[in-house]
Amino acid sequence: MAEIDYGKLGLKVGLEIHQQLDTSTKLFCNCKPQLFKGEPEITFLRRLRPTQSELGQVDPAAYFEFQKGVKILYESSNMAACLVEMDEEPPHALNMEAVETALTAALMMNSKPVDEIHVMRKTVIDGSNTTGFQRTCVIALNGEVKVGEKTIPIQHLSLEEDAARKTGEEDNKARYRIDRLGIPLIEVATAPVITSPKEAEVAAYTIGRILRATGRVMRGLGTIRQDVNISISGGALIEIKGVQELETVNLVVENEVQRQLNLIEICEELKKKGVKEEELQEQFLEVTNVFRETKCKVIRKALEKKNVVMAVKLPKFRDVLKRELLPNLRLGTEMADRARFWGKVGGIFHTDEMPAYGVTEEEVNLLRKAVDAEESDAAVFVADSHENCRDALVAVVERAREAICGVPEETRAANPDGTSRYMRPRPGAARMYPETDIPPVQVSEELIARICSCLPESSEKKLERLMREFKLNLKLAGQVIDSEYGGLFDVLVRESGVSPTVVAAFLTETLKSLKREGVDVDAVRELQIRDVFRRVGSGELSKEALADVFVWLSRNEGKGVDEAVESLGLKAVSDGELRTLIDRVVAENSRLVEEKGEGSFGPLMGIVMRDLRGKVDAGKVSRLLKERLSKRG
Amino acid sequence: MSKEFSGYRGEVLEAIRKAEVEIGNLIQISRDGESYEGILIPRSEYGDQKHIVIKLKNGYNIGVRITKNTKIRKIGKGAKPAFAPPPRPKQRENLPKVTILSTGGTIASRVDYRTGGVRPALTASDLYSVVPELAEVAVIDAQILFSLFSENITPKHWAEVAKAVAEQISKGVEGVVIAHGTDTLGYTAAALSFALQNLPVPVILVGSQRSADRPSSDAATNLIGAVTAAAYAPFAEVAVAMHETPSDTAIAIHRGTKVRKCHTSRRDAFKSVNTTSIARVQDQKLIMLTDDYRKRNSASKLVLKPKFDEKVALIKFYPGIKPQLIDWYVEQGFKGLVIEGTGLGHVGRDCFEPIRKAVEHDVLVAVTSQCIWGRVNMNVYDSGRDLLNLGAIPLEDILPETALVKLMWVQGQTHNLEEAKRLLIANIAGEFSPRTLAEGTELI
Ligand SMILES: [Zn+2]
Repeated sequence: MAEIDYGKLGLKVGLEIHQQLDTSTKLFCNCKPQLFKGEPEITFLRRLRPTQSELGQVDPAAYFEFQKGVKILYESSNMAACLVEMDEEPPHALNMEAVETALTAALMMNSKPVDEIHVMRKTVIDGSNTTGFQRTCVIALNGEVKVGEKTIPIQHLSLEEDAARKTGEEDNKARYRIDRLGIPLIEVATAPVITSPKEAEVAAYTIGRILRATGRVMRGLGTIRQDVNISISGGALIEIKGVQELETVNLVVENEVQRQLNLIEICEELKKKGVKEEELQEQFLEVTNVFRETKCKVIRKALEKKNVVMAVKLPKFRDVLKRELLPNLRLGTEMADRARFWGKVGGIFHTDEMPAYGVTEEEVNLLRKAVDAEESDAAVFVADSHENCRDALVAVVERAREAICGVPEETRAANPDGTSRYMRPRPGAARMYPETDIPPVQVSEELIARICSCLPESSEKKLERLMREFKLNLKLAGQVIDSEYGGLFDVLVRESGVSPTVVAAFLTETLKSLKREGVDVDAVRELQIRDVFRRVGSGELSKEALADVFVWLSRNEGKGVDEAVESLGLKAVSDGELRTLIDRVVAENSRLVEEKGEGSFGPLMGIVMRDLRGKVDAGKVSRLLKERLSKRG
Repeated sequence: MSKEFSGYRGEVLEAIRKAEVEIGNLIQISRDGESYEGILIPRSEYGDQKHIVIKLKNGYNIGVRITKNTKIRKIGKGAKPAFAPPPRPKQRENLPKVTILSTGGTIASRVDYRTGGVRPALTASDLYSVVPELAEVAVIDAQILFSLFSENITPKHWAEVAKAVAEQISKGVEGVVIAHGTDTLGYTAAALSFALQNLPVPVILVGSQRSADRPSSDAATNLIGAVTAAAYAPFAEVAVAMHETPSDTAIAIHRGTKVRKCHTSRRDAFKSVNTTSIARVQDQKLIMLTDDYRKRNSASKLVLKPKFDEKVALIKFYPGIKPQLIDWYVEQGFKGLVIEGTGLGHVGRDCFEPIRKAVEHDVLVAVTSQCIWGRVNMNVYDSGRDLLNLGAIPLEDILPETALVKLMWVQGQTHNLEEAKRLLIANIAGEFSPRTLAEGTELI
């Protein structure tokens, strides 16, 4: 693929970075910010009703969901949520620990704290908030961060409550777990002035560094999430929500640009073919009879449930639906996403991908005939209830019409692989109104002065210090700062006396590769990490055993380091025991020792270490073995 | 700018006046090189006098401190919101007629997003557009009686509500719904139970624990439940319709004399005490949970008895209570006292003498229990027997609040002491349950 000139494309990117805070309680209640596993202790069922926006209108997508009778099943546990998260008790006052952390981050970005904080309600009625709104407040305005030579304005820094997490969806019922609801989040919004994927990534890292410097952020997957706004000229402004890994930000931008370019190309082709919006009609035909004897499992299942198959013709769309926008993402996929959202169907079929999924050539021909499709037309069909089929096909036709115009404005959700999928139409103007249950908080000059007097070290200063004080090289020092565990570095080195390079390599490369291997790194608690390193420092454990102990701890949540050492057979070997072992090995290999003298060190070292690996530091074994060999006789 | 609505006072109000800006104007505030732009928003009356609240372009509100160096400048008029409620649903033909009377509380409302204030939506047409499902249930007429927080409702208001209900019933509606703030909803329900006798149709009180301006409000579901009960219930009693659990699935219908607000904030705060709820509305249908109710009968002739005498008090006994408190009520000419005793219906020995004096002065002294659940029985211990001998009247398993309301009503009906005693212990509106069952208790 040729190098893309993003400047020429008019690329504009803005970032919204959300970081969970590791405060002692949630933002508006006294629950600990923690998640629960396993079965919920409490469940309850709710509906959310769209209310009018500040312009007096009701959000169409919200109203639609409501009319479909969507219900929300909430899951809770006494350890992770109280009546506040259930929306059964008014919120308590704003958590000042979170406010101070947000102010710290704001001041590090040169933002101006507001004089008085007002908590607002931002309407969100997909069920992710039990109240139907997210509580959020601006803490500071007009900051900036330096990305290389460029200054990127920070429009605002806010503090908001995290939403409940979705755990499933079935038959018009969305399932959410409310443990995450109410965990404090800092939101940092940049101006849309970023002009390349790389710059977006660096900006995200820079902001991430500042947030981590506060020392009060959560770590682990999902604790930092980015929303990325992307537009190119001739395209549209697309918001991609929920990018979980900082390192995928550039890929997300690259992919979205590619998707928009392909959509623009498709639009030009369709125009060339002379397709008109009015040719795309909402004429839906029931074609259940075509599939009476079908081998297609999906359709057969639907028919067993007394559902129907309905189809629509898309004139002149043949071969357009299979056009790839990104690997594994076709225009047909985009239609399917829309159909799923609006029609609550499992998916759609289209003639560009036929015959497939057990649908035969003959069935396709019958279907084409039924909808009166000509050679150059495509047809889309779907199997579900009559109402859902209709809603799904309306959405398909709508998406086809949009394809003639180019890129439709929409909100998309990030996939883990850097692509994205349709989430919902772009919401109208910010739907915010005051949270009257929470009194405003005055930000006094004294408070600002106190926070300013003990601002954490900036990442530039820390980088320099790590290199100077601990002799780390530039790359390793940078990795420590970007690591979620970077804050632990100083403590570990000071507490354990283990070499800084070993600590740094473990916190960055080792943890990263363990993560890649699927080890649940987040399951190991900070106190355990410190314990393990202290034992390495005291010689009780060898540094070779670090990774094994760590993996064991991650798989045995709730158990301690002692149990890990015991279970892995890493119980320390005393000097006496070591000497006895060496004596035994020397005796067993007396011929070798006689023949080679001190030259037998290498092979003997190998034998001793084979028995001891991980339990004793190799240096000590070597010293004692050499001692023994020199004293032989 | 009208002072009441702006919330600004003192120096800040002065600064706003001087700048000649109004609520809703787009303004610029500058101070020491900083500058903020936004729409001027009213301030809560509880806020301090040092900050001006503006809505920024991104929708957030912030407070800006006003000092001597602050300059306020109007830079635009600001747009007024144009309300475009969703289209009114089609009214189904031949549905029962139900009147909704509002006493306050925000059973249905919408937010003025410009100011953040909540405006009640109380015309029938407003209600239909906010709760479109109502059009499928009944033909609604809506009237505002007053707009009061429920803690400001007094026995005089009970009488007015009772009269308004009677008027609606005389017009031939199939049921009446009364929207009411939840704090004293239980008292009003009890009051109407005594004031409206021989009812031909149901009278359902309804409230909400989450204000109607939020998407999660219980107001709409409760209202639909209440209107369903008013239109279709087979009973003709005063009842309360509220959430049965924290879920939006079922609305419990409680008898007006047996219901109490038992939680400050939960949706299912209202519980039937010493009895089960009489019905449940689920999936748009009403299911009766008891056979013991007064039947709906359009031929019944309503008897309106709306008089309440406020010279009645509720006294909660507590360790260390000063007996002179009781003397004071008697001196002030109170005619009835409900004593919320401990346990089975007891008070400390120190209170005996003042109670004896009260009875001597023809004050009706009734005893209930502060346990809330269970029945008083003053024959078990000496303290109870002594109280009985002094002339105190035990009131079975009645709620203390219902006892108070009943005593007010009794004193409003008669000045004859014997007749009052007779009324007080008669089961007039299901306020006493003859049997207390083990229902709702986990026995193992
Ligand atoms: Zn909580």
